[in-house]
Amino acid sequence: MPTKDEVFEKVQEALVEALGVDDDEVTPDATLVGDLGAESIDFLDIVFRLEKAFDIKIPRGELFPEDVWTNAEYVQDGKVTEAGLEELRRRMPFANLDEFAKNPVVQEFGNLLTVADMCRFVEGKVEVAD
Amino acid sequence: MRWYWIDRFLEFESGKRAKSVKNITLAEDHLHDHFPGYPLMPNSLVIEGIAQTGGLLVCESTGFTEKVVLAKLSKARFYSDACPGDSLIYTVVVDDIRKDGAMVTATSHKNGELHAEMNIFFAHLDDAYRDKHLFEPGDLLKMMRVLRAYEVGVGPDGAPLREPQENPPVAPTNSGGQS
Repeated sequence: MPTKDEVFEKVQEALVEALGVDDDEVTPDATLVGDLGAESIDFLDIVFRLEKAFDIKIPRGELFPEDVWTNAEYVQDGKVTEAGLEELRRRMPFANLDEFAKNPVVQEFGNLLTVADMCRFVEGKVEVAD
Repeated sequence: MRWYWIDRFLEFESGKRAKSVKNITLAEDHLHDHFPGYPLMPNSLVIEGIAQTGGLLVCESTGFTEKVVLAKLSKARFYSDACPGDSLIYTVVVDDIRKDGAMVTATSHKNGELHAEMNIFFAHLDDAYRDKHLFEPGDLLKMMRVLRAYEVGVGPDGAPLREPQENPPVAPTNSGGQS
């Protein structure tokens, strides 16, 4: 059973290898897109590496609920609706959506996820020691 | 245009690993421009040859039902130059094949020494591309044959690798024959 520190170390290693960044850039607060330069194809790569590192399965849409963006109930005029925010909160309990909710422009969403969110996501899938 | 950047398969173990050879010769026109008077095999074409080795390995293992594209090089390191007269041996090992794509680790060896190493991520194009051809029907089968994959290949059961019996290996919209 990994500790939280061990989860962070493995997430860090996956991001270093997938994104070609240095260890010290992968801090808990770093955002994947803005700070670490992740592009869309990188997320598939990251998912592969996390599955392997933790021996878990990450079904498509679980880490990034992409189907939300194509649902007219959840997105209107380029902004996420109240129902959409509720859906995102339900689907992404590992992410802090408070800041995004203040101005929920779809384009900003890509820059929401942080390294700490990724760790929380993994902790939700593996048993973590205290 | 003929876009072959390996000369033949040496080994082909379905879904697991493959080894191929690329013999570099001065008959390759591009080497006279890269560089004039100092021919060097471009590293990008080494990557292409390794991607062809790995791409066919991944395609074959999914029964040629997925549209496999080189999506990303997570890492590529080159340790020396390759010149006319050199033979490069590419070894590709599958790390993982799943619905969305595949990850492989590969090396290139020159005269027994490590020449390059890389990780390649292949994506499987999704349903939005279901009706689009990447290759004409039969193209991949021709490649597999000319590269002698079926002469050296081994199937998942350890028996000699067999050509697909009914449908030619094409991108999945095939209806056989017409182009």
